Amino acid sequence: MYLTDDELKMRDGHLGEAVSMAMSILMDLGEAIDAPEMVEITHVHTDSGFYLGDAGLEFVEHLAALGGQVAVPTSMNNTSFDIERCRSYGVSAKLCEKIRRLEKAHLAMGAIPSWTCAPYQDGILPEPGSRVAWSESNAIVFVNSVLGARTNRTGDLVDICCALTGRAPKTGLYLDENRMAAIHARLEDFPAEAYTDPRFYPLLGYFIGKECGNQVVAISGIPGGVTMDDLKGFGAATASSGATALFHMVGITPEAPTLEACLKKDATIQTITVNPDSLKKSEALLCTAENDQLDWIGLGCPHFSYAEFTELADCITGKKINPDIAFSIFTSRKILRQVENTGILEKLEHAGIEVYADGCLLLYPQSLRPSGTMMTNSAKAANYIFSQAGYEVAYGSIRECVESAVAGKIVRRPPAWLQS
Amino acid sequence: MATILKCKSLVAGHGSGEILTTQQSISFWGGVEPATGMIIDPRHELFDQSISGKVLAFPYGKGSAAAPLVLLELAKQATAPAAIINIETDPLLVAGPIISKHFYGTSIPVVALARAAFDRLQTGQNAIVDGVKGEVVIE
Repeated sequence: MYLTDDELKMRDGHLGEAVSMAMSILMDLGEAIDAPEMVEITHVHTDSGFYLGDAGLEFVEHLAALGGQVAVPTSMNNTSFDIERCRSYGVSAKLCEKIRRLEKAHLAMGAIPSWTCAPYQDGILPEPGSRVAWSESNAIVFVNSVLGARTNRTGDLVDICCALTGRAPKTGLYLDENRMAAIHARLEDFPAEAYTDPRFYPLLGYFIGKECGNQVVAISGIPGGVTMDDLKGFGAATASSGATALFHMVGITPEAPTLEACLKKDATIQTITVNPDSLKKSEALLCTAENDQLDWIGLGCPHFSYAEFTELADCITGKKINPDIAFSIFTSRKILRQVENTGILEKLEHAGIEVYADGCLLLYPQSLRPSGTMMTNSAKAANYIFSQAGYEVAYGSIRECVESAVAGKIVRRPPAWLQS
Repeated sequence: MATILKCKSLVAGHGSGEILTTQQSISFWGGVEPATGMIIDPRHELFDQSISGKVLAFPYGKGSAAAPLVLLELAKQATAPAAIINIETDPLLVAGPIISKHFYGTSIPVVALARAAFDRLQTGQNAIVDGVKGEVVIE
C-alpha cells in the first residue's frame, strides 16, 4: 500500500503514539482489503462511544492517554442510554460509569458530544462529493445517498482511527465506479396517495434492503414531495433488512438526476418491480402482534426530528396517553433543547410521553418496558426489537401510534393503497 | 500426510487448532457471546458451539459494524478463535483481528481460501494457519 510522506510520518510516530497506532491499523486494514492508498477525509461520525465490553473502552482510553486528538471534526453516534438520566432510566451504576469513561476519553480527544444516530438532523451536513468516514448504518446510507458525500461502512473503532489520522483506506464507495447501481427497482401500480403517506417509505426501504443486500440500488417511479423524514425512514429500513450503504432515488437524490446517470455502464442491470403486494409482504414481517394488545410506543429510531416532534404535538393536542401504556421517544441533545425551548416538550410530558436524549430505543429496551408489544413508526425499530429483543411489534404512522396510545390498544388504519 | 492449501493472507500471524466449519455466514454482533466465545444466534447451525481456540471457517462475515468491538472483546477475554478462514474478504470482519494485534498483541490470522479449497475443510480436523506464508496445513 502506498503511503504519502505525511502518512509515513504518522505511522512512524512523528505525530505521537496514538496517531502511530491508528495509522498502523488503517494501513494493515488497507493491505487486507487491497486498497492502493489512503483517502483524505474531512469528517468522521464515530460509534466508538458504544459500550459493548471493556476491550473497546480500554482501546479508546489508551488512545486518549497517548494524547490522541481528532484531526478532523468528529461527531459521536448515540450511546446506550440517556447519559444525564441513566440512573432514573434504570441502568446499573456500573454501566453508567463505563459510559462516563467513554465520554471522558472522547471529549479529551476533541470529539463533539453529539450522541446521535442522525447527525444530519443536527446540522452536520458534509458537502456533496466530500469524503468522510461514518459509522452507524442509517447515517452511512443517508450521508452517501441523500447528501451525496462519500463513505464506506466504517467499522466501530476503525472510525476513531480515521478521526485521529484524517485518513481511510481508499476502496469501495470512495470510488466513482462503485457508486453506480447494478440493480434497478421500478415502482408500479401505486396510486398518488401512496407517495404522500409516511408509512410508504419505511415499508419500501424494508422490501428493497431485503431484495438488494449490500448492492447499490436505483429506485425509479417516485414523483417527488419526499421529506427528509421519509428518506431517513427509508434508508434506515434498507440498512436493517439488508446492508444498503447507498441508494439512488431518480429525480430526488443528488447523484440521480436521471436513471441513466446512476446506472452502471457496460453492465447487465438487474430490474426488480415493486408493487403494493411487495409492501404487503414487508408490512406482514413488521406486524407480528396477533391481537390488539399494546404495552409500549417507541419512537425515534433513527432519532426523532424536530418535524416529527411537531407532527406528534399536533396529534396529541387535548389527549392523554392511557396510563397502562409506556410512550418513549429518543432524540439528540440538540433537538431536545429545541423542543424544550418551543414548549413542545412540556406538552408531550403533560400528555404522558417520556423523551430521552443520547440513547437508543433498541439498546436496553428492558429498562423502558420489560416485555410485550411495541408499536412504532420505524421499520428499523420494528425489525430489531422483534429479532434481537423478542418483543412483538406493530408498525404504524405517528398518528396511529398516538391513537393507539390513547385507546390503550393497537389501532391501525391500513391505507387503501395497501389493500389488494 | 498433511494437506497444504494455498491461501491469501489478510491478517498476518500464526494460529492452530481444531477446525470448526460452516457454510453459513456469521454475524459477530448479536451472534457470538464475547465472554464465552459461544455462538448464541439460535438460527445458526453452529448454535451453542464454542468458537474459542478453533480454526473457524465460514464463507463470509455478515458485516455488522460492531464486529470489531466483538472481536476485540473476544481477544481480551481470551475466547477468540485461533484463526479465521473465509472465502470473501469483509473489511468489517478483518478490522477486529488487526486492532487486537496492535492493541493486545494477540495473533488471530485471517486468510481467504478459494471455494474448492474451503470445501475440503472438515470440522474436527486439526489445522495450522500460517497467515505470513499464506498456507493452511491440515494435519
